Amino acid sequence: MNTAISVSGLVKTFGSTVALDGLDLEVATGEVHGFLGPNGSGKTTTIRILLGLLRADRGEVSLLGGDPWREAAELHKRLAYVPGEVALWPNLTGGEVIDLMARLRGGIDKQRRAQLLDRFDLDPTKKTRSYSKGNRQKVALVAALASDVELYLLDEPTSGLDPIMEAAFKESIGELRTRGRTVLLSSHILAEAEALSDRVSIIRAGRIVQSGTLKELRHLTRTTVIVRTERPADLIHEVPGVAHIAHEDGQLVFDVDTDHIDEAMDYLAPLKITSLISHPPTLEELFLREFGDRVEAESEEVHG
Amino acid sequence: MTAFTGVAPLLRFVLRRDRVFLPVWILSIVVLTYASAAAVRRTYDTQVEIDSYAANIGSSPASIAMAGPPVALREIGGILIYETSLTALVGVALMAIFSVVRHTRREEEAGRVELLGSTVVSPHAVITAAVVVAGLASVVVGFGVALAFQAEQQPALESTLYGASIAAMGIVFAGVAACAAQLMTHARGAVGLSLAVLGLAFALRAVGDVGNSLWSWLSPMGWSQQVRLYDDNRPWPLALSLTLTVLLLVATVVLESRRDLGAGIVPARPGVAEASPSLSGVLGLSWRLQRGAVLGWAIGVWAMGLTFGSFSESIENMVEDNPTLAQYFESIGAESIVDAFFATAMVLLGILAAGYAVSSALRTRAEESADRLEPVLATGVSRPRWLLGSLLVTLVGTTVVVAAGGFGVGLSYAGTTKEVSEIWRMTAYSLAYLPAVLVLVAVAVLLVGWVPRVAGAAWAALAVCFVISYLGGLLELPQSLLDVSPFTHVPGVPAEELTAAPLVVLLLLAGAGVAVGLVGFRRRDIAS
Repeated sequence: MNTAISVSGLVKTFGSTVALDGLDLEVATGEVHGFLGPNGSGKTTTIRILLGLLRADRGEVSLLGGDPWREAAELHKRLAYVPGEVALWPNLTGGEVIDLMARLRGGIDKQRRAQLLDRFDLDPTKKTRSYSKGNRQKVALVAALASDVELYLLDEPTSGLDPIMEAAFKESIGELRTRGRTVLLSSHILAEAEALSDRVSIIRAGRIVQSGTLKELRHLTRTTVIVRTERPADLIHEVPGVAHIAHEDGQLVFDVDTDHIDEAMDYLAPLKITSLISHPPTLEELFLREFGDRVEAESEEVHG
Repeated sequence: MTAFTGVAPLLRFVLRRDRVFLPVWILSIVVLTYASAAAVRRTYDTQVEIDSYAANIGSSPASIAMAGPPVALREIGGILIYETSLTALVGVALMAIFSVVRHTRREEEAGRVELLGSTVVSPHAVITAAVVVAGLASVVVGFGVALAFQAEQQPALESTLYGASIAAMGIVFAGVAACAAQLMTHARGAVGLSLAVLGLAFALRAVGDVGNSLWSWLSPMGWSQQVRLYDDNRPWPLALSLTLTVLLLVATVVLESRRDLGAGIVPARPGVAEASPSLSGVLGLSWRLQRGAVLGWAIGVWAMGLTFGSFSESIENMVEDNPTLAQYFESIGAESIVDAFFATAMVLLGILAAGYAVSSALRTRAEESADRLEPVLATGVSRPRWLLGSLLVTLVGTTVVVAAGGFGVGLSYAGTTKEVSEIWRMTAYSLAYLPAVLVLVAVAVLLVGWVPRVAGAAWAALAVCFVISYLGGLLELPQSLLDVSPFTHVPGVPAEELTAAPLVVLLLLAGAGVAVGLVGFRRRDIAS
């Protein structure tokens, strides 16, 4: 079997709200798949259908070769899940929750548990009611990562983590990749999905709008450059890979394909750069640019 | 910025958030007080009956320990106070505790005080608003109780003083809760500490009242009762309550100034780093989550049973003097008055135990809406296994709580009769109500399975059963309505013969209800 997750034409409505509107998603076995979309676009709904927690209105869903609605419990023994909003039993300690979840799933690797607690700098003796959002997320992450399963479903797992812990998380994902595990990683941060994933699917308003390897999606990951030069950079449009040129407050703003950054810099350098900012595009900028709509307006419409 | 900047808008905010919570509490306390006062006044309507009450109930240490000092029991007013003050005083204290903690430590734990603190409010505005609202609510309860006593034709002076003594109790415990909210890091801890203080206040006055000693004067609950209504009618003990409140509030402000937001004075204790072997699987988890509740309810119902059992001796004497009571017990059709009394006690204990059963069954929905079910169902646990596993804990817990009531009755009855076998006989009788209680569990499961959003309606079903069993005879409800409650169908042991047929039918009904509920639970979306 080389397809871990296969979804086609998935539809799910809540009352009059259409959460998923014909979603297609393919995740191959052994890949880290970024599931990218703004808040309220249907990521969590998709994952909950994959877990058999919600029933699909229409469409085909196959998970690890089975039907997640009918064979939920059997399939779940082969996967681990980290919810986006981690709620824990307030009077249990973090360590107790980790052990409990692992036992419900069918066992824990003690050495790996200790290693993960150390890596994520988590105190397992604290009652979970005193944990911050980030610490609750760490509990769920350690519980999931300490289990050796085929598939990991991670719903925005880094949203409460600080940058150091994000590094620890990246390290863990790297290990899963080496061991040939499949990971579905949902996120609304383009850079995160880009850094971790082999392939990416972008969801918008309950539909996949782009899907492919990072190379195929290279045009989406252009770098935005904001630069001020002593002499005018009038010929910037002639540099290959440059797009969306604008002048703001005497500064030049443009996007450039990652492959052509070098040429752009070569052109700008002789013009005497006095200030330079560059950053990867945010998902919001990407949506604005590629699909011509505003994410804020859309999330309001779909949310709920 | 003065000390009270931001209190006014916060007050409005707190009142708005409490627009259901507080009215429900206030109405419950006032209506319960009114209903029992009315019933008591109707039961003891001749001087002979009143004197008999004073001689029997008023001299029983168990009853004094529960109710308070036996003051002026040779007039109906004294009996009304004696019969209603425990519920009213404890009720108003609980209301104040829950209300204050809910708006202070719980909000702080949820991080919402931080949000408020960043706006223009003074450092103590949140606690001030919470205490003011709880204090006002206590005064409203006192006012309502005073009106209820007026409605029962009691003198204005006694009615007003009674209301004031109840309000004073609420105000003191608003102060206790405010202080506890500073000391403890978590809302649960703050509620626990406040309840411990309430328990201590109860215990001190129980010891003091039984031994007629000064211990009662160490208890805020004692102060409210030392007004000695219908006798001395002295308001000055309430000044002690107000003085203590002021001291508690000063301590609260000092403590709050010395601590950081989110921190408590008492540091949280660390727990275990690894789960014990028993914490595994659905059963292990459910038991862990519910064992505290099972223990608490079992002790509560057991204590109630103990009290009922202790009345057995005085009840025979009283019935001789009181035709109303005699008529009531005759209507049950018992040969022995004591058996008839126990039959009534068993129903009440059964309904009380159903309170645990319903709350336990509804925990399934609570886990779901708190988003804690989702990760469990995402492991190898199937929906039926999870639901039935949780309900197995409910079944065991319910059995323990139901039996605890009969055990309590038997224990104190055995104390008077010196017949040890009474302990087991009464425990067995109480278990006759288990099938009826399980029908209510099934109602909760049906709701959780098919209409989870209104699962709380299971409480309404329990309330209906309570009204039918407790007031059905008094209100002369038609038989068809009485039959709605499963408790109606349980043979009234020990006054009636124990027959298996109705119990088997109730068990089958409960089983069918759970099965149908499970079908719904398997088919629907898991929602938060």
